[in-house]
Amino acid sequence: MDIKDFNFSTSLTPTDRYMLGEIADMMGTPDGAFNIRKNGQGLVRESSQNIEIRQKTDKPGIDIIIKPYTKAEKVHIPVIITDTGVEEVVYNDFFIGEGADVDIVAGCGIHNCGDQNSQHDGIHAFHIGKNARVKYTEKHIGAGDGNGKRIMNPTTVVNMEEGSYCEMDMVQIKGVDSTLRKTEANLGANAKIYILERLMTHGKQEARTEMVVNLNGEGSSAQIISRTVGKDDSVQVFFPNAVGNNACHAHVQCDSIIMDNAKISSVPAISANHPDAQVIHEAAIGKINSDQLIKLETFGMTEEEAEEVIIQGFLK
Amino acid sequence: MLELKNLSFKVDNEDGSGSLHIIEGLNLSIEEGKFVVITGPNGGGKSTLAKLIMGIEQPTAGQIIYNGQDITNMSVTDRAKLGIGYAFQQPPRFKGLTVRSLLSLAAGKDLPEDECCSYLTRVGLCSMDYLNREVDSSLSGGEVKRIEIATLMARDLNLAIYDEPEAGIDLWSFTMLVDTFKSLAKNETNSVIIISHQERIMQLADEIIVIADGKVMSRGPKDEIFPKLLTEFGSFGRDCTFRGEGA
Ligand SMILES: Nc1ncnc2c1ncn2[C@@H]1O[C@H](COP(=O)(O)OP(=O)(O)O)[C@@H](O)[C@H]1O
Ligand SMILES: [Mg+2]
Repeated sequence: MDIKDFNFSTSLTPTDRYMLGEIADMMGTPDGAFNIRKNGQGLVRESSQNIEIRQKTDKPGIDIIIKPYTKAEKVHIPVIITDTGVEEVVYNDFFIGEGADVDIVAGCGIHNCGDQNSQHDGIHAFHIGKNARVKYTEKHIGAGDGNGKRIMNPTTVVNMEEGSYCEMDMVQIKGVDSTLRKTEANLGANAKIYILERLMTHGKQEARTEMVVNLNGEGSSAQIISRTVGKDDSVQVFFPNAVGNNACHAHVQCDSIIMDNAKISSVPAISANHPDAQVIHEAAIGKINSDQLIKLETFGMTEEEAEEVIIQGFLK
Repeated sequence: MLELKNLSFKVDNEDGSGSLHIIEGLNLSIEEGKFVVITGPNGGGKSTLAKLIMGIEQPTAGQIIYNGQDITNMSVTDRAKLGIGYAFQQPPRFKGLTVRSLLSLAAGKDLPEDECCSYLTRVGLCSMDYLNREVDSSLSGGEVKRIEIATLMARDLNLAIYDEPEAGIDLWSFTMLVDTFKSLAKNETNSVIIISHQERIMQLADEIIVIADGKVMSRGPKDEIFPKLLTEFGSFGRDCTFRGEGA
């Protein structure tokens, strides 16, 4: 659709608007560059002076090209699927110029009311230039009451040049039946990455995360935090791996709350291939602390209400 | 208002060699509007008694009557709704919850900032620095303890139980706290039970109850009991009554 014909209120259904609000905080046409993909096709696209969004010609997806030294701009690139039976693989490449400082808001929402599976596999590659700063936010949700599954398999590769900084906040808190999440980061000298992954699974959902952070450059550092809650009969598996190939610092921290009949395994790996690499890992899986529950019950909350408060705080 | 009848709490020894009475056949009544201090040696059963009243532990025998109603089998949640509150001796921390939201949860409604501040001030915390801090491991033990006390202040309670509120608190804050408890002591309808070893808190009491070995060892007006703590009850009086600040 041409941007001139696009109107947030009339070009989108209420479900579309609800999903966009949930996954990308979009309550209207956003300022700056954006791309909305719906049911397997680009719906509308807008570039800005410093940020160009270009449709790929060889495969589905877009290139997002951010000019060097672009400051304080935002890009929104949400994906929504509202038809049943849509299965897609989408390739998005981000080229972030030297010294740029940008916020990228991605996210995927699948609303499946039908009996066929809907699946979005987003393959993201970031090329972060020297001294550039990127804040990447990605929220995944599933909704709809059909029997068809809602499946998301994101793959993210982040290549970071000297002195660059990347903050990734990735959340999946409801309604995604199956997910395989792969993340790889390659850090140059003095590059810094901060990854926060928050996940909640319920019902019979399955989630698997594989993450490799290669600290290749001198003075690079990584902080990886995973907070998850497993409810009902859901299954979660984590494979975070931090590899220190130079004088560097890495800290991996995985905390999970396990409830009902859920199964969680955390299989962390840390490796050092350089005498000055310092790589630390901490992991814990446990029930909700009973003192916390009791404390909230002494405020007059029921056990269920207390659990909800604790989980919300933990995943915040 | 509160009556404990023949209350017992017995636990089985881990090695299966019988059982141990933590609270044994305890009888006690506390009248409306009274300010009572419970004291006694460590391990005597004071915290267990508080947990039995709050419903956190279930008695193995006996009854708890509250305002004429048998609450022995009532849940913690329901007792809280009747206006009973308990400030833990060792309060838990909450990742991701701010001081302000914890106070709001305690009050059962969104508390305006100035109201939160007034509760924090009453426990000697400079409120603006704390409102938006998380109640997590970044706070010291004494800070968590004072926030715990503030959550009880934020509630509208008929029976408030504070378990060693002085522990881990510096001298300046302690003075503040004593003043706060003094104002609670004036209330005619609500009852307050403070488990404490501090003379300045005992001096506020209408009544002091000494608990040792799971039983009431002695009880009476403070003028009668307090002098005995230092003499008749021997060593524990010296150990506990003037225990240093920040214990
Ligand atoms: N659930 C329990 N199981 C086993 N022992 C307990 C339990 N609760 C309390 N106790 C023991 O009972 C004694 C009294 O504890 P507590 O009530 O905490 O004493 P106080 O608060 O007077 O110091 C302690 O020796 C404690 O270890
Ligand atoms: Mg105690």
